[in-house]
Amino acid sequence: MTPERVGNQHAAVPPGEDAPIYLDHQATTPLDPRVAEAMAPWQGVPANPHARHHALGRAAARAVEEARGRIAAAIGGHAREIVLTSGATEADNLAIRGLVPGPDGRDTVVTVATEHAAVLAAARAVEAAGGRCVIVGVDGAGRVDLDALAAAVDRRTALVSVMMANNEIGTLQPLDAVARIARSAGARVHTDAAQALGRVALDVGRLDVDLVSLSAHKAYGPAGIGALWVRSRPPTGLRALMVGGGQQDGRRPGTVPTALAVGFGRAAEIAAAEREDEARRLAGLDARFLDALRSKVEDVHVIGPELERLPGCVNLAFPDVEAEDLLDAVPGLALSSGAACATGAPGPSPVLEAIGVPPMLARCSIRIGAGRGTTAEDMDAAAAALAAAVDTLRRGRAA
Amino acid sequence: MSRIVYLDHNATAPLRADARAALIEALDLVGNPSSVHAAGRAARRAVESAREAVAALVGAAPAEVVFTSGATEANATVLAGAGRPVLAAGTEHDSVRAGLDGAPVPVDAEGRIDLSFLDRRLAEAGAPALVSVMLANNETGVVQPVAEAAAIARRHGALVHCDAVQAAGRLAVDRDALDVDYLTLSAHKIGGPRGVGAVVARDGVPLAPLVRGGGQERRRRAGTENVAAIAGFGAAARAAAAEAGRLGALEALRDGLVAGIRAADPTAPLWGEGAGRLPNTACIGMPGVPAETQVMGFDLAGIAVSAGSACSSGKVAASHVLDAMGAGAAAGEAVRFSLGPETTADEIERAVAAWAEVAARARGRRAGPGAAA
Repeated sequence: MTPERVGNQHAAVPPGEDAPIYLDHQATTPLDPRVAEAMAPWQGVPANPHARHHALGRAAARAVEEARGRIAAAIGGHAREIVLTSGATEADNLAIRGLVPGPDGRDTVVTVATEHAAVLAAARAVEAAGGRCVIVGVDGAGRVDLDALAAAVDRRTALVSVMMANNEIGTLQPLDAVARIARSAGARVHTDAAQALGRVALDVGRLDVDLVSLSAHKAYGPAGIGALWVRSRPPTGLRALMVGGGQQDGRRPGTVPTALAVGFGRAAEIAAAEREDEARRLAGLDARFLDALRSKVEDVHVIGPELERLPGCVNLAFPDVEAEDLLDAVPGLALSSGAACATGAPGPSPVLEAIGVPPMLARCSIRIGAGRGTTAEDMDAAAAALAAAVDTLRRGRAA
Repeated sequence: MSRIVYLDHNATAPLRADARAALIEALDLVGNPSSVHAAGRAARRAVESAREAVAALVGAAPAEVVFTSGATEANATVLAGAGRPVLAAGTEHDSVRAGLDGAPVPVDAEGRIDLSFLDRRLAEAGAPALVSVMLANNETGVVQPVAEAAAIARRHGALVHCDAVQAAGRLAVDRDALDVDYLTLSAHKIGGPRGVGAVVARDGVPLAPLVRGGGQERRRRAGTENVAAIAGFGAAARAAAAEAGRLGALEALRDGLVAGIRAADPTAPLWGEGAGRLPNTACIGMPGVPAETQVMGFDLAGIAVSAGSACSSGKVAASHVLDAMGAGAAAGEAVRFSLGPETTADEIERAVAAWAEVAARARGRRAGPGAAA
């Protein structure tokens, strides 16, 4: 049966001259055709990887194990340390609520104001369950205040959770320093690396962390799957978030979706192999875009760090041009004014608030998120379209 | 060897052609459904169209459907999210049994929940409870008197959850006729993709999120929606609903399997025989032969079946379901055959022949000419 038979109510943005330029790669990334190819043989196979007593189940179990190996290898870990989840949100929930309170009576999670909503919500859930949650502030570039962190971490701290790369403003957190502070108090360290995979060096052999959250669909893999890497030595004593059939050593019950796992494995493999070149290319695109924009428009505010940032993530604001109006004026660009998961939530972005962006300017913030398919021509076109729209909107105000 | 005869649909069902097409089409959608641009809106439309199809399959409103990563998460969400002590029978799925408060409610020899016991337990309970009753059992296919259990629960002010994972697509499931507050569904048991399921929560009932974070699914389940899998789930739900008229044929094949096995060995027990059962499931004992031996024998013969449920590690343990039904030692001698819409009469014949061969080999004698036919 061909896709046409199901009707085209699900039609993607049609390819062609009029297709918008996709610059929202922090929200989600397109599926890499190489990943789709790896998944294809598994889409129709009726194989439950836990039904190991028949041939189909065993084949699925092998494919899942291979995928686990690839995901682990992409970050320098071991296959047995990978717990597959439904995504990074669940991985964050599992890490935080699975370790706080700790087995030794430690009842506190320490995290940062600019973390992803999943981390902050999980930390609040710890608090609601009788534990303690301490939220540390950041500087104007979004970097965690290390003095405040050192003051917050103590013998009650079970876990310190600090993201690797911020999804809205591209800040890279100083994880080595964070880990040193956490270790000095005997606390565990978790990092949400959903945005980092494939863009930032990520090696758990060198990084002194215990848990890492990963997402497939932020790295050109399928949506609906992620992972929590859990260091095996020393054992963390992680508790499962849900109960069920005992799959994945009881750490995460539920049938593992074979095709999604295989896709994630392939996506992670590609992300690691191509990271260095791709990160350099994306950083070049960001610089080219900003140069082009600044040559055409006055008064461009870059929000977040200028240096040492996540490549392919530029947050900027044109003062007096509200993001909502600007996005409406550039229908040829697919981009966002903040984190996709906060869409519909009233009020300014908590991340921009935390780094001290005034509310007036925060309302003007947009994010240019380049990715694997983005070309230099795309960035030039985006800069030209934004410049023209800003000019028109500013003239409208002046008139 | 010829193609594998797949009779393990209750573990996972093959992806339907419609679901595959919808899934593959949606894999090309680049947007995050929460993004406001055109790509995001296209992804949102795919999710909402699927939500309508899933809601329609069980007679609920689209807004009552919360997509999850599967039925295990859906069950865990309901049990933890209702905020009440949980009462359920010992034949429930592990993901429900693990959330039980106190001893399980007993079942009769056919696997049906003891309603008068349930009534007493609810009367003794100090606080309003959550009663969880599966619509159809994954191992035996036995259909529970859910509406009756719900009526009893209502009298005691309890909320009612129904795990309809195995029943969906194999029985008409009408949420309102069952009068339950929560239903859980799994895509991959109805020919949709793995990695997606749903809680159908009646408008207004409590449902605290298990996975927390962003505001997706009306704040009832955080995390970027698994758009492609959800689209596949929707297509599978539409296909399953359209197939309702063909369940009689499935039942006839299943009955043929039982008759064939009984012709080879009239003493073979059919578990739950006296109860209403799913049209695709037969849980059959091979007296004197451990289930593990049988499953390995069927595997060698190219027939995929299960003993117990597929959830844990692949070890064949005595079934907790048959144990709760009072099967005793026979609980370790039963194998589940679960058919699907693509099962053929030829495959049933192969399964019957394999059953006779496995029995003959295990019992240390050659199959008679009749049994090996």
